[in-house]
Amino acid sequence: MFLSMNWIQDFVDLQGLDKLELIHKLSLSTAEVENEIFFKGSDISGVVVAEIKSVENHPESKKLHLLKVDAGDGKLTDVVCGAPNVRVGMKTAFAKVGAKLGEIEIAPRPLAGFESFGMCCSEAEIGISDDHSGIMDITEDVAVGTDIKDVYAIDDIIFEIDNKSLTNRPDLWSHYGFAREFAALANRELKPLELEDLTAYDNLKKIDMKIEDNLCQRYSCMQVENITRNVSPVNMRIRLFYCGMRGINFLADLTNYLMLEVGQPMHAFDSRKVEKIRVKRFAEPFKFQTLDGVERNIDENTLMICNSDTPVAIAGIMGGLDSEIVDDTTTLTLESATFDAVSIRKSTVRLAHRTDSSIRYEKCLDPEMTTLAIARFINLLKKFDGGATVVSALTDEYAYKYDTVKLSFDKAYVDRYTGIEISNDAIVKTLTDLGFEVTLENDNFTVVVPSWRATKDVTIKADIIEEITRIYGYDNFAVSTTLAPLYPVRAEVMKTNENRLKDLLVKKYNLHELHSYIWAYTDELKALGIEVEDNVKLLNATNPNIETIRTSIIPTQLCQIKVNTGYSADFGIFEIGKVIKGLKDNGLCNEQKKLCITLFSKTKDIKTLYLELRDMLSVAVSDIKHNALSFKATEADKAYIHPVNLNKVYIGETEIGVMGMPHPSVLKKIDKKANVVFAEIDMNAFTDADVKAIVYDEPSKFPAMTYDISVEVPTGMLFENLKNCWINEGTELLKSAKIVDTYDTDEVHSITIRFEFSSNERTLSSAEIQEIMDKVIANLNAIGVNLR
Amino acid sequence: MNEKIIALQNEINDKLSSVNDLTELDAVRVAYLGKKGSITALLKGMKDLSVEEKKTFGAEVNALKEEATSLIETKLNELKEKEILAEINSMPLIDVTAPANDERGSYHPITLVQRQCEAIFKSMGFTVEDYPEVVTDYECFEALNIPKHHPARDMQDTYYLSNGQLLKTHTSAAQNAILKKYGKNLMENGVPIKAIFPGRCFRNEATDACHENTFFQMEGIMVDKAINISNLIYFMKSMLSEVFQKDIKVRLRPGFFPFVEPGFELDISCLICGGEGCPSCKHSGWLELCPCGMIHPNVLKDGGIDPEQYIGFAFGLGLTRLAMMKYGVKDIRNLNSGSLKALSQFTDDE
Repeated sequence: MFLSMNWIQDFVDLQGLDKLELIHKLSLSTAEVENEIFFKGSDISGVVVAEIKSVENHPESKKLHLLKVDAGDGKLTDVVCGAPNVRVGMKTAFAKVGAKLGEIEIAPRPLAGFESFGMCCSEAEIGISDDHSGIMDITEDVAVGTDIKDVYAIDDIIFEIDNKSLTNRPDLWSHYGFAREFAALANRELKPLELEDLTAYDNLKKIDMKIEDNLCQRYSCMQVENITRNVSPVNMRIRLFYCGMRGINFLADLTNYLMLEVGQPMHAFDSRKVEKIRVKRFAEPFKFQTLDGVERNIDENTLMICNSDTPVAIAGIMGGLDSEIVDDTTTLTLESATFDAVSIRKSTVRLAHRTDSSIRYEKCLDPEMTTLAIARFINLLKKFDGGATVVSALTDEYAYKYDTVKLSFDKAYVDRYTGIEISNDAIVKTLTDLGFEVTLENDNFTVVVPSWRATKDVTIKADIIEEITRIYGYDNFAVSTTLAPLYPVRAEVMKTNENRLKDLLVKKYNLHELHSYIWAYTDELKALGIEVEDNVKLLNATNPNIETIRTSIIPTQLCQIKVNTGYSADFGIFEIGKVIKGLKDNGLCNEQKKLCITLFSKTKDIKTLYLELRDMLSVAVSDIKHNALSFKATEADKAYIHPVNLNKVYIGETEIGVMGMPHPSVLKKIDKKANVVFAEIDMNAFTDADVKAIVYDEPSKFPAMTYDISVEVPTGMLFENLKNCWINEGTELLKSAKIVDTYDTDEVHSITIRFEFSSNERTLSSAEIQEIMDKVIANLNAIGVNLR
Repeated sequence: MNEKIIALQNEINDKLSSVNDLTELDAVRVAYLGKKGSITALLKGMKDLSVEEKKTFGAEVNALKEEATSLIETKLNELKEKEILAEINSMPLIDVTAPANDERGSYHPITLVQRQCEAIFKSMGFTVEDYPEVVTDYECFEALNIPKHHPARDMQDTYYLSNGQLLKTHTSAAQNAILKKYGKNLMENGVPIKAIFPGRCFRNEATDACHENTFFQMEGIMVDKAINISNLIYFMKSMLSEVFQKDIKVRLRPGFFPFVEPGFELDISCLICGGEGCPSCKHSGWLELCPCGMIHPNVLKDGGIDPEQYIGFAFGLGLTRLAMMKYGVKDIRNLNSGSLKALSQFTDDE
């Protein structure tokens, strides 16, 4: 919303004050002012009122005229002019030689063979409207030679308020509202509005009007006749133009002017079309043409203004085409009303049509304003069109009255919020300036909230704190720490685990942490041949591609791998993120946090890569849990997963996740020449799984002995099966058993296992080791594993 | 002097002068000083001489032996030195300017700024909370003093889910749960509530370089008997100065958020120009960073805390925005793109 400093100064005298400083203050105390401030008229100089004394047609051009103008400097000046509306005796805006119009500086110049000493200007050329159909026709009684800026209020400071910062302030959708803020900030007096005394018309007939729906809070109206003025006064049009509105005609301009001045939207009907005003909703939907010519669908929830049963306007949003003021309108009915804000907002959304009027109604306008706006309207109407006559009494139905809001608080309450000292006098002054009625007894305040703040904005005493502090100025606050007592803080285990996992994966394994979206990307997954698993859906996704929430991060990461295949021959990615595994028994989403890791390699064979991932998980569990992993082969239940080598991962008895690889059909679509493996770990299960204490094993002072055996392992036998052959021997002397060599041919899979024995008490003898090993070898033979 | 000795001495000198390596030298040593060496043989042959002869000849042989030993020793040192020198000379010059193999992993930039912010608040005794991304209408709106049809819900283009829940639009959705979690300890034991909650938020809006439907915020709340606006300014200023590693100026402006009263928009002095005015702050010298305010009495009440006795502040910091400012990320979409070209650049930064 644009504001005019001239307009604001109609209501508060800001003379002698730095306007820019005030606007800055406003931004810090009231509402956000956009950065760019417009100094209207500052680039216009040397333009005066001049009278056209003679007009001759240009001998060759049909469009150009040769003028002699009197610019008040005691001579006639030759001007070549292309405007169609030139005539002798007309007074216009004349830019003399040396004048400035924005970037242009006027100099004598030849035009179509004749010398021109200046330029007659259109309104657009001096920046006061977008009308450039002809030069200005000045009807005011002013002497030639008068500077145009002395005739019209061209110089003005215009600034823009960010509408978003006014959502809670219905009173600030007007110049008068801002004038009140400036008055409080500048410590100047707010002038009252000049109003027509409407009681003078009480004897006239009332309009037939009735509110038939509780969505209308108040409806006030009045009839006026004999309006002869068609074009608005220049200064009114300048203000409207500067504030971003186009001039239409005097009546339309005046309703707009009122809306910008006091914040009350108004509407003028042709009285012939609204003989019986009824405010109501219709049970059946229908189509209705608004005055912008658009046909709109009206449903049973939309409040309408009607002539008896014929709708004539969408309440609070826009008038109808049929009831608009037309050329032969003699009597008009002026509407000034308030409606339920939520209803207007919902109608606006349904109709997808927001207007300057509905924007204001959505904010909960003060119903007290309706009659005041009419009184102001009539005042201005009579001022600018002396013949206008009021032909009805004020007709007013006040259906819903807000309660008066009265709040009590004490000085201590204010101190508690601020942490600084703001005096009782300052509190009283600030609140009084803003229109609150304040009584102070000892340190106890009682305030009555003004009606324009009491519709929803100020309802509790904390709201009063804001009024006091913002005018006091937040820049004047102390910056001070609290005196709160200190207590130890316990870290969330899961958060700590997340950080440790991230560090391990990034620093030890060079993985890259990525983020992704919580929904499944249907299109990208389809490209990989992965079907989106049915799950909870977004109801209002604008893009069908993101409709379904994901149940796993693995498909997401396969898509991410696909995007990055050109990044490097070998890389790994991970994310700790959310998935939804359907709904819980209580109907709420079963949200789970997962760690997902995917490795990609063009250089490593699938076994190496898969075991690399296994080692990562193993190290993570050993590092964070001081525990060991175990695995259980499982069936793939998703088509995109390779049926072989899918393992459930356990810490002790707790299943923490799965590791596997994509189905060959999916892998081929990712990269024909690469291997990909993945793991998904549930962070809750991981966090809940047992953490073992660190057990310290004093290094033995006696030498350790090793014993190597090479065995052939039958196909399908797991190392875990072999392990039982020595674990079950239960000797404490065996410290470790590791694979130190493997030898594979098409027929044979053979491994060399190194056993390490040691004792803390003595040096071991070969004989006792041999005895143990004999048993181990016998155990191995028993399961079909033979020495090579 | 015995001619034999002289001849032997000359012979040794000749042999040594032609010795080139340790093996040859050892052969010379064995040939003269070894058990079967010439000098040893001379000593052994003395048993047939007279006492007188033994005396003079013995002395001469011993002198020869000593000299030969010393010559061999000298030669040995010479050769060893030569060998070290050769080793040195054979060391190739290594080109350290050749490109290094600096393969390493990377953190998501959000993780980096999140950790920085968490570290600062942890150091001031705040707990770091963890809450879901899917929440109820109550948590996201009702409990935050945003009743149905409140215009503030217009500001939040919410993703609603088919089961009636929604994707949280702001981290403030955790406020109610945090108040309930710690309220008892506050009221019974006087332990102030000091908590931050970094989390992912969602808004149903079209994406472009400046807008994302998925982004991170960090909520912070503090509730105690005496918490005021001056404290809020202090905490925000301290945190932001730590994050940006320089003294950051902050200012508050009124801002309307239903869950705070008074509510503020917090601006920081522009990081690029320091407040002088430049294109990145649109010549205002300030950047709008984070909404904050004193927790609305209704929000405290909904969290089971008596607003007459307790008071607190809350803020909602845009972690995504902060990461973009800190690292100069111009297109917000890069953050969720999964592109390693963009994201592998972020290394540990604490």
